[in-house]
Amino acid sequence: MTLHRRDAVKKLLENRGELLVVAGLGSTAWDCTAAGDSPLTFPLWGAMGQAAMMGLGLALAQPKRRVLVVTGDGEMLMGLGSLATIGVQKPANLSVVVIDNERYGETGMQATHTASGIDLAGVARSCGLTIFDFKDHRAAIHERPGPNFAVVKVAAEKIPLVLPPREGALLKARFRRALLGPEADLA
Amino acid sequence: MPPSDWPAGIHRELAQAKVRLVGFVPDAGHKRLIELCQADSSMRTVVLTTEEEGIGLVVGGWLGGEKGVLLMQSSGVGNIINVLGTVKECRIPLVTLVTMRGEEGEFNPWQVPMGQATRGVLEAMGTVVHAPSSAEDIAPTVGTALRLAYNSYASVAVLIPQRVIGIKSFQEQAAR
Repeated sequence: MTLHRRDAVKKLLENRGELLVVAGLGSTAWDCTAAGDSPLTFPLWGAMGQAAMMGLGLALAQPKRRVLVVTGDGEMLMGLGSLATIGVQKPANLSVVVIDNERYGETGMQATHTASGIDLAGVARSCGLTIFDFKDHRAAIHERPGPNFAVVKVAAEKIPLVLPPREGALLKARFRRALLGPEADLA
Repeated sequence: MPPSDWPAGIHRELAQAKVRLVGFVPDAGHKRLIELCQADSSMRTVVLTTEEEGIGLVVGGWLGGEKGVLLMQSSGVGNIINVLGTVKECRIPLVTLVTMRGEEGEFNPWQVPMGQATRGVLEAMGTVVHAPSSAEDIAPTVGTALRLAYNSYASVAVLIPQRVIGIKSFQEQAAR
């Protein structure tokens, strides 16, 4: 059964509660927006390769909150070293989910390394992250000690863009205000 | 504190500013400061595989309400150029402490191109550059960099001169 990315991400973010989300640039940012724009989602329009590290920084700063990074296979491939860095820090509140269509979706659907069998979950496992199945996402993202990691294989499809706000300073400010309260504006 | 112990001076400034996240790629010039930060229970040190990861770390930390700084060598500045654009676009306060190579007394020619381009690269990406010229000036300069960054939501780099670090050869670097 082939999963569609919008359905998969919608399920990941269902009843998200206090979950903090970093969305990797490109299709996963649009997927998270399609599931419902939230000030507690930080959608990336740049910094390719840094989604997992932003999740790590957030998880270390907010150890009592659960943090989810939703990113694509191309974005994750650009930051493989961050899996080793996460493996050293071992944040119990962090999960990383790679929505893997084996394509660079924003640039003409060119094949990524995963299309040739490169195994992102294998890399993450070697770095000490705990691998989970998509069907267990609720428990892994919200309850089980991490760092947790999953690859969700999805269909390679071109679908309409659903865009979040573009301005970086706005996205940062609304995230901090929603998380830290109005005093964040005065920090 | 003698001027030669500028790393202790930097550590005191970081502690006073309530810096909680310290990302670093190891460098001989930063050895003592890294150890001081690792020994400080109020700081979380994060060893990185590449300097670029440090930008993600600091951005995520600031989203979560904590202050972060990065320690790197001048060669590492070449690895963060694109992501400094994210720092600028999002107005993330960032202090980067750069130990310089490729300037006075360099023994490795491969360090010279990036070392000589470090200031220009940082300024081209919108980072304010402070360059203390002596050991006693380093910690006070880091103090002003921290105030500028956190009061103005700015990216500020402090370039620690190679003359102060004073490593003259590969053999001496390896022995530290």
